[in-house]
Amino acid sequence: MNTSRVFVFKQLKSLLRVKCSSAAPSNDLRRLTATPGSCPKVCVVGGGPAGFYTAQHLLKAHPAVQVDIYERLPVPFGLVRFGVAPDHPEVKNVINTFTQTAQHERCSFHGNVNVGKDVSVQELQQAYHAVVLSYGAEGNRSLGVPGENLSGVYSAKDFVGWYNGLPSNKDLKPDLSRETAVILGQGNVALDVARILLSPLDILKETDITQPALEALAASRVRRVLIVGRRGPLQVACTIKELREMVNLPGTMPEMVTAEFQGIAEALKDLPRPRKRLTELMLKAAQGSSEGGGAEKRWGFRFLRSPVEILPAPDVSRAAAIRLGINRLEGSGEGARAVPTGEVEDVECGLIISSIGYQSLPIDPTVPFDPRKAIIPNKMGRVQQAAGLYCSGWVKRGPTGVIATTMNDSFDTARSLIQDMETGELDTSAAKMGSQAVTPLLLKRGVNPVSFSDWKKIDTEEMKSGKAAGKPREKMLDVAEMLKAAHS
Amino acid sequence: MSVAPAIHRLSSVSKVLIRSISAHNSLKTFSLAGHRDQACTRSRQFSCYTRPLRSENKVTVHFVNRDGEKMTVKGSPGDSLLDVVIDQNLDFDGFGACEGTLACSTCHLIFEEEVYKQLGPITDEEMDMLDLAYGLTDTSRLGCQICLTKSLEGMTVRVPESVTDIRQPDMGTTSSS
Repeated sequence: MNTSRVFVFKQLKSLLRVKCSSAAPSNDLRRLTATPGSCPKVCVVGGGPAGFYTAQHLLKAHPAVQVDIYERLPVPFGLVRFGVAPDHPEVKNVINTFTQTAQHERCSFHGNVNVGKDVSVQELQQAYHAVVLSYGAEGNRSLGVPGENLSGVYSAKDFVGWYNGLPSNKDLKPDLSRETAVILGQGNVALDVARILLSPLDILKETDITQPALEALAASRVRRVLIVGRRGPLQVACTIKELREMVNLPGTMPEMVTAEFQGIAEALKDLPRPRKRLTELMLKAAQGSSEGGGAEKRWGFRFLRSPVEILPAPDVSRAAAIRLGINRLEGSGEGARAVPTGEVEDVECGLIISSIGYQSLPIDPTVPFDPRKAIIPNKMGRVQQAAGLYCSGWVKRGPTGVIATTMNDSFDTARSLIQDMETGELDTSAAKMGSQAVTPLLLKRGVNPVSFSDWKKIDTEEMKSGKAAGKPREKMLDVAEMLKAAHS
Repeated sequence: MSVAPAIHRLSSVSKVLIRSISAHNSLKTFSLAGHRDQACTRSRQFSCYTRPLRSENKVTVHFVNRDGEKMTVKGSPGDSLLDVVIDQNLDFDGFGACEGTLACSTCHLIFEEEVYKQLGPITDEEMDMLDLAYGLTDTSRLGCQICLTKSLEGMTVRVPESVTDIRQPDMGTTSSS
């Protein structure tokens, strides 16, 4: 984005006063604003970080564009509310910026609207000049091994949704009755899950973790968490902050297999700084585990292991163990491949959580989708062969990275969109109705959208009941309950 | 501005001041004093009393933005560079997303080598976040962790280029890890 242009916008913003009908006084703006009475109207599908950051940049970089955010749930913020771990309140500070965006005079939030079901993408395209798909990755990659449907086996997505109050996961009731839990995958989500399973209750009870999860964890008998990866220590996907939290977790100690770290210390010197520091910390933890200690709970990485089969208890009612295939590495560094050796080992466990990645799903048959990569095919956020369609966040680039990654990629998409308006690639000359066309459709279909001020009612009630329990918030777990509060 | 007491680093959301959107509505993030580490907080308590005084108590900082433009502003001793960016309404996209709580790396700044050597010690937690920063250099720090002192007068700090410039312009790729 050209900064001098931003400054021009800023100076002229007071002149424009959002009324697009007050014709643009400069050439610069005339090019960007449409004919009198028709502001460019953009809608964003998905009220998570990608949607909010896209909206934020659109509003900032264009003096007249109107942005509507559609969200399936009655509550905004997506994975900031339902993904970020409850003991990471500082990460949730981004909500303050999102709230400012939602309350911007040219932005509005429409919760409780399931795009693809309540309203089609085509209908949105008729009502808006552009549609940005930012609906994330609601699916998860399945293990594809026998026994994965046994009781006691959960996807990390569901487990995280359970302790974070995602309505669809409120009845998960994970089995926490056995000593050992196995997590498949070594990314940050895997470490979040391990940390929540082993955290002292005193830490958790001051977070916005749901009350049922807190009670289940209070009664949990899980004392040992193994975090399993198919490749080696130099390929773990977690970042150092999450690893350091495990190392520093009170009442726990690492339980690693020293042999798995052979040759790693020698490889350190050639690594780039982030990987080097992460590996050094892991080595330190591995040394700590051999020194022993009196901690009641243990956690450890297990490397070069892939799930082969989940073994049932004799009565077949639940998972009792997991059979892991032993791999060797081919190649080195980030690109090393895990190759099965044919050997297997069984690990007894009660809880198995598969944390091998989220996955985007297609939203509407009219929207291009790459099933192999599980993303919407795009160039810098422009959906290929679909004029007026854009995408940002996980559905654009796959389910990886931290919030700042999504922020940057959402800004990129917004830049592409603005650029297309400037070049005329995106035609904004025809007047569009925006939410004035969509809301009547929704009401006719029995869908009552939740506005941002409606959400603030939910928010107030959640914080009030949280305060009574000494927590920052007690989340509502039920969509009906949310709607009741919103429309009270 | 009132005297800001030392608040724990992990300020709760409710404590965070959400400034109403101004006429320029620059959609920035805002922070209270809650994010600073102890060294900063101490000097801040002092600086709060001196804040309204004449400008010779202020420290001049030159920022170079992502487009290479230089912006010269003044801040009070004890203020973090993130505070300066926010107070002066500097328009760096997405700067300070976590509001100075060491939970992101969006306030990443690059210092001149001589200045970098003068900056205080760096914690593991700051290093951890820097490891995730785009365009990490040997003289990188997080703006929320650097507090102004008179000895930093006239320094130039650079906002790293956006990720757009270093990433392949084609389709996103899915991690295979």
